[in-house]
Amino acid sequence: MGYQRADVGSLRMLRKARDRIDRDYREEIAIAALASGAGYSRAHFIRAFRAAYGETPGRYRTRRRVERARELLRSANLTVTEICHLVGFTSVGTFSARFSELTGMSPTRYRAEAAARGGPAPIPGCFALMWETGLPAPGVAEPGQDSTSGEAGRPAGGVASGA
Amino acid sequence: MINGIDIVSVWVLDQDSAKEFYTEKLGFELTNDIKLDNGMRWMTVRPPGSTKQEFVLMDPAHSMLDEETAAAVRALVAKGALSPGVMATSDCQGDYETLVERGVEFTQPPAERPYGVEAVLRDDSGNWFSFTQRKAWG
Repeated sequence: MGYQRADVGSLRMLRKARDRIDRDYREEIAIAALASGAGYSRAHFIRAFRAAYGETPGRYRTRRRVERARELLRSANLTVTEICHLVGFTSVGTFSARFSELTGMSPTRYRAEAAARGGPAPIPGCFALMWETGLPAPGVAEPGQDSTSGEAGRPAGGVASGA
Repeated sequence: MINGIDIVSVWVLDQDSAKEFYTEKLGFELTNDIKLDNGMRWMTVRPPGSTKQEFVLMDPAHSMLDEETAAAVRALVAKGALSPGVMATSDCQGDYETLVERGVEFTQPPAERPYGVEAVLRDDSGNWFSFTQRKAWG
C-alpha cells in the first residue's frame, strides 16, 4: 500500500501542505510554493502527494472547492456566479464544468434538488467534508487532471437522512 | 445502563510532544504519566471543562500493536487520516481565537451549522477533531 512507502516525516509535510489547501482553498497558491513549503521540488511533490492521497494536489483543491460550493448551494442565498467566485474559481464556465464532472449535475440543478429534498442532512459538516475530500476508494485510478471516475460510490451532498 | 465514554484513545507520534501540545496549547490537565514494565507509557489528559472524560495519548510503537501495524497506524496519523472524535466547547469562536494565538492549527475556522458552531482542529501528530459548540438539545 502507498502509505507504507513514505516515512512519517514526509507524510507529515504532505499533510501540512494538504491542510493549507483546505484552509486557503480560495487562493491560487502555486503548487511550486506548496512544494517548496513541504521541502520538495514541484514534480516530486506532485508524485508524493498522489502516492499518499491518491490524487494530485491540483485535483484535490478542485474537489475541495466544489465541495464548498455544494455546501453553499445547499445553505446560502447566493447566486451561482457569486458562489463560483467565493470558492476560488475565476470562470463560471470552468466552475460549472468541474462541478458537473464531480457531482453529476450542474450547480443550478444541484441546488434545485437539494431544496426539494428539504433541510440539511443531520450530520456534522466536517464529516461530510472528510468524505468528500477523503481518500478515493482503493484502486481508483486518477489519470491526469480530468478523471471523472471514483465519485459514483460517494454519498452525494450528504448522507442518507434516515436518522 | 451505558452512560458514555470515559477514556478516548488517541494515537500520537511522540508522547512528549503530545503532552506539551495537549497541556500547554489546549490547556488540558495531565492526569497520568506512568511508565509500565512492558515499555508502554500510560499518559492521560483531561479537558479543562470536563470532570470525568480523559484522553489517553498512546504511542503505537509501544502498545499492544505489532510492529507492522504500529508503522501503518503512525503513517495514517501523520497523513491526517484519523479522527478520534468531536471536542465539545462552550465558546467555539472565543476558544478558536485563543488557540490560534497559541499556535494551534485549524483546517476550518468556526462556521454556523444546523447543530451548532463548528471548527476543525489538528493536533500536533495529525489527528483531526471537530471542535463544536452544540445548540441546546431540542
